[in-house]
Amino acid sequence: MRIRKSLLWFACFMTVLLIASTGFAAEKLAKKQILSFNVGTEPSTLDPAKSTGIPEAIIELNCFEGLTRMDENNVPQPAIAESWTISKDGLVYTFKLRKTKWSNGQPVTAHDFEWAWKRALAPETASEYAYQLWYIKNGRPYNEGKLKDPSKVGVRAVNDYTLQVVLENPTPYFLQLCNFPTLMPVYRKVVEADPEGWFQNPKNYIGNGPYKMVSWQHNSKIELVPNPHYWNRKKVGMERLDLYLVDDIQTALSMFETGQLDWFDAPPAAEIERLEKQGLLHKSEYIGTYYYMFNVTKKPLNDVRVRKALTMAIDRQTLIDRVVRGGQLPALAYVPYGLGDATPDKDFRKIGGDYFKEDLAAAKKLLAEAGYPDGKGFPTLTILYNTSENHKKIAEAIQEMWKKNLGIDVRLTNQEWQVYLDSRTQLNYEVARAGWIGDYLDPMTFLDMWVTGGGNNDTGWGSKKYDELIYAAQAELNTAKRAKMLHDAETILMTEMPIMPIYFYVNLTVIKPWIKGAFRSPLGFIDFSTAYVLEH
Amino acid sequence: MGSYVLRRFISVILVIFVVATATFFLMHAIPGGPFKREKALPPAIQRNIEERYKLNDPLWKQYVDYIGNLLRGDLGPSYKYLGRSVNDIIREGFPISAHLGLVSVVFALLVGVPCGIISALKQNQWQDNFIMAFAIIGVSVPSFVMATLLMYVFAVKLQWLPAAMWGTPKHVILPMLALAGFPTAFFARLMRSSTLDVLSQDYIRTARSKGLSWGAVVYKHVIKNAILPVVTYLGPLIAGIITGSFVVENIFAIPGLGRYYVTSIYNRDYTTIMGVTIFYSALLVMLNFLVDIAYCWIDPRIKLTDAKE
Repeated sequence: MRIRKSLLWFACFMTVLLIASTGFAAEKLAKKQILSFNVGTEPSTLDPAKSTGIPEAIIELNCFEGLTRMDENNVPQPAIAESWTISKDGLVYTFKLRKTKWSNGQPVTAHDFEWAWKRALAPETASEYAYQLWYIKNGRPYNEGKLKDPSKVGVRAVNDYTLQVVLENPTPYFLQLCNFPTLMPVYRKVVEADPEGWFQNPKNYIGNGPYKMVSWQHNSKIELVPNPHYWNRKKVGMERLDLYLVDDIQTALSMFETGQLDWFDAPPAAEIERLEKQGLLHKSEYIGTYYYMFNVTKKPLNDVRVRKALTMAIDRQTLIDRVVRGGQLPALAYVPYGLGDATPDKDFRKIGGDYFKEDLAAAKKLLAEAGYPDGKGFPTLTILYNTSENHKKIAEAIQEMWKKNLGIDVRLTNQEWQVYLDSRTQLNYEVARAGWIGDYLDPMTFLDMWVTGGGNNDTGWGSKKYDELIYAAQAELNTAKRAKMLHDAETILMTEMPIMPIYFYVNLTVIKPWIKGAFRSPLGFIDFSTAYVLEH
Repeated sequence: MGSYVLRRFISVILVIFVVATATFFLMHAIPGGPFKREKALPPAIQRNIEERYKLNDPLWKQYVDYIGNLLRGDLGPSYKYLGRSVNDIIREGFPISAHLGLVSVVFALLVGVPCGIISALKQNQWQDNFIMAFAIIGVSVPSFVMATLLMYVFAVKLQWLPAAMWGTPKHVILPMLALAGFPTAFFARLMRSSTLDVLSQDYIRTARSKGLSWGAVVYKHVIKNAILPVVTYLGPLIAGIITGSFVVENIFAIPGLGRYYVTSIYNRDYTTIMGVTIFYSALLVMLNFLVDIAYCWIDPRIKLTDAKE
């Protein structure tokens, strides 16, 4: 009995010790605060005004800081702007800037913002994302070359530390856009000295963000160190960030396993299960939808009943579990989760709910009503996708489901990326694979593309009612009314079904357990300013 | 000889010109363009970009401008990697690819040629069978399989060598082996068959009968005559290997030139497509030319003259 008791005490003591030691270890920082992350590809440019990709944006957003910066909850927080006021009609923003410095010690002023925004809009800059500044008054005509006078553009430095911005329409997500690369300030002197290639030399890459670039080995590695002049320098605990530019995900995985990398994205599908078991895989929200487009100008897809039947006759969960893998969410509507409704704390998708069910009987009935009972007489459909192993597997699975469930014969065609884009815009397809990743956190980034004749509306579909709702929502100040209009627009889209939603993306990333503090926004950007490395 | 060199030089220029012209019109004939994206650009922005990069000029004008710049040695700016010229891309990537390529060629020669000779001398004995078995593997296993396998065994499992990247001698070993696999095996087979061919020649019997030792015969007569096919193959091989391999450079994340041959086409990066194609073809015709001269030096029976002279 006594022995037992002492054993019990001993066990208790050991447990306490164990908890204490693990608890203690979890708090201890590594001596070397260095993190290596695979950005994934050689940046096309690091000029924030001209870049378009997520890898570029990740680097730029850590080297520059806009008026606002997004926090972990994706709410814009004061950054270079200390505070702001918004006029009652939602059109005039007056930003009060903090006294901050560029990485060379020179002051950042409101004039830098005015100059950078007008430069991004100037037609000769040829910025692809210039439309992120079309929200500003006269931004669009100036960018299109219709307005020559830049002083008419709605951004003005009232004095060194006050910036006034006038918008075309009340834009509830404008403060978010202030954190977008296109709206970053740039250091005028270096840009003017070499407008095309100023960012190529790390010495000229003068920013105002938490980090600054010290080296860029093309196709290999970019090194960032803390910017000593960053206004919130004490927040940045890292010594160095090694950003690798490795294209091949299998190689990235090998580098991760041999300790050359701490963090990389999009692991190979075949490894997902293993990495998840090892606790290395992390999933985060990513606002994107994978869908198929129907060419509504071609028979039999011009019949909405056929489009609905096809949409209802696939099993999305099975497709995700067996083919796509990685825990994506079945899409029974178009706009993904993670976007605000009338108020940012409400989720647009949850309020909108599902628009259809996977229902075989109903699908067959619709197909019969359209004149094809059990698929009889239905012409062979062709699914077009851009050449890729994943798209192929998904298309094969859907081919099988349509054949089995509806008795429809389906052919698959793959085309090289650019040829595929060409076929899409020419409406030279029947059913085509597509995906859309939002540009900002608002349902509008998903819905405004389907207006009649929109540059990304490659379906031939159009609805006057839909267009009216979108344009009215763009001008609407009342957030509840605006949200209602967007829901109504999505209802039209999902009733007429020019597209078939398949799944909502998730961001899959593989991280060493001792990397903490960095966070990723649903747009795919990563903020490394608060990252730290635990002892390991 | 002088007039031969001149004629060859003119033909080299002509070949490069034809290659440049054909590539230019072919790449413009395929759908797409350097600034076509999944997210379609508003037409006004598309216009700004085309204006900026002179992509809205008529094709013949773009062609004339390009050839004009080419004659001045200017390969133009990349459309994909803004702020970098194609000259920069080649200047940065080529030395790395050439380094890796040359190391691989030397390895292939040092291993492949002796193996071929041994195989031929020990024809149908175990040495021959052993070497030829390896040679078949080397010829038939594609480099991406080899590269992945090498990386898995020596980097991930044994952790002897770094998995990827470039910079230290340690980084060279795995990509070199992956790249040298095919030429090594090919050299061994080539050398074996040409050695067997030479061994059956009369002059070998003569050399033997006049009392030369085996070693001296092999060294003085066999190798020198049998190596010609290897030299022939060396021209295109070197041109191909030093300009970089897309597969090996991609797998080992080596910042060489090889990737641009493939990615520039995906990206429709017109100037880069042109630049690397012209660079490669110039190197290829030049090396073939050097090989022809080398023949002359190795085998005096071959004369570099035109038939009429």
